[in-house]
Amino acid sequence: MREIDAKEVTKTVTRLFLEANYNLTDDILDALKKAEKSEESTAGKEVLRQIIKNADIAAKEQIALCQDCGAAVVFLEPGQDAHIVGGDLNEAINEGVRQAYEKGYLRKSMVRQPFSARVNTKDNTPAIIHTEIVPGDKLKITVVPKGGGAENMSRLIMLTPSAGRQGIIDNVLKAVDEAGSNPCPPLIVGVGIGGTAEKTLLLAKKALLRKVGDHNADPEVAELEKELLEKVNKLGIGPMGYGGRTTALAVNVEVFPSHIAGMPLAINMNCHSARHKEAVL
Amino acid sequence: MPKIINLPLTDKVIAELKTGENVLLNGIIYTARDAAHKRIVEALEKGKPLPFELKGQTIYYMGPTPARPGQVIGSAGPTSSYRMDIYAPRLMEEGLKGMIGKGQRTQAVLDAMKKYKAVYFAAIGGTGALIAKSIKKADIIAYEELGAEAVRKLEVENFTVTVINDIYGGDLYQQGKAKYRISI
Repeated sequence: MREIDAKEVTKTVTRLFLEANYNLTDDILDALKKAEKSEESTAGKEVLRQIIKNADIAAKEQIALCQDCGAAVVFLEPGQDAHIVGGDLNEAINEGVRQAYEKGYLRKSMVRQPFSARVNTKDNTPAIIHTEIVPGDKLKITVVPKGGGAENMSRLIMLTPSAGRQGIIDNVLKAVDEAGSNPCPPLIVGVGIGGTAEKTLLLAKKALLRKVGDHNADPEVAELEKELLEKVNKLGIGPMGYGGRTTALAVNVEVFPSHIAGMPLAINMNCHSARHKEAVL
Repeated sequence: MPKIINLPLTDKVIAELKTGENVLLNGIIYTARDAAHKRIVEALEKGKPLPFELKGQTIYYMGPTPARPGQVIGSAGPTSSYRMDIYAPRLMEEGLKGMIGKGQRTQAVLDAMKKYKAVYFAAIGGTGALIAKSIKKADIIAYEELGAEAVRKLEVENFTVTVINDIYGGDLYQQGKAKYRISI
């Protein structure tokens, strides 16, 4: 059994949310630069140029890449032989969020009682925490500041088995097409297939964490990802919806076995400011 | 070269704006998001005072990050406009002439834009650090308790926006997509 201090968790969560909000990851930045070169649409090209310039300013001046610093989504992977000491783990994460959003001049976007009063919690808590226990004695923390514009374009479709592979393609294309400019393309499209309703939504969100250019280890799924990306980029939406060839930088698919009666499909999109950072304690 | 416009928008300037044009806005604009729109429309219904005179003005759908010491404003990019669609026609009826946001609008908003001769611009979503450079002054003028959603009066200099919907029915989102769409 290895001990991990809750204070270390807080410190790490704070650091990761700050880094994620100021710096695009290299894979996203490289993909944007590549797209800027290949984009045929003049308006689309100009949008990509501005996005790259924005990333440069944000990193240099430590200003949030986007005013929407997101809901604080946290993926936790504690090893089964790790023991958190010195405090409540969930509270340690929330404290990390609190400190990052306060110290980092980040926008606090969480409101309580969403259907009525909608009062801002003023520190961007509570974090949205997903925990999956894994072998080992470490603790992996992945933070995802998730913007509202792209999140609002999420879809859950309870497809049935007859829909098949084509049903997946049709519905992903429909979701991206209908979302248009709203989720701030070029996008990372996360797709979950299988499991149950909540499982497939989680798969779709997890799919956003993958590096641009990496594919699912299953060749059949990787093939589906390539086909989806190619087709999404034929929609013509382009950077910020002004028209063009770059509607998505990646389509990432995660698959889980499903019940004989179903084939749930979830789509979760990330904007071009696709922010996420991870650390292992 | 982008067209330079001094605010407030006049009917003459609006008549000359065409879908797809890049424009540099200079002058005063006001921020309002969902919560502020809700309050503004409620104030209109109850005949109560408004945070600012809507006639001839331009609203930017934006809620910034807090400014660091010495900064005018934090990251300040546009939010999705469709959430304001339910309120926008009422504001245009009161004389609102310009809207800045991102993303497509409903038919009801497009119809109101034609009827009241108003224009819809987009700023580039997710470029708030860059956009902040063109904001020279920012003051909260109403609903301070809403925090990021409070109404702010902004003075902008060469704020880059693109005309999405002009008063002639042009729609950059439709036209842009049609131009680059490859049928599958």
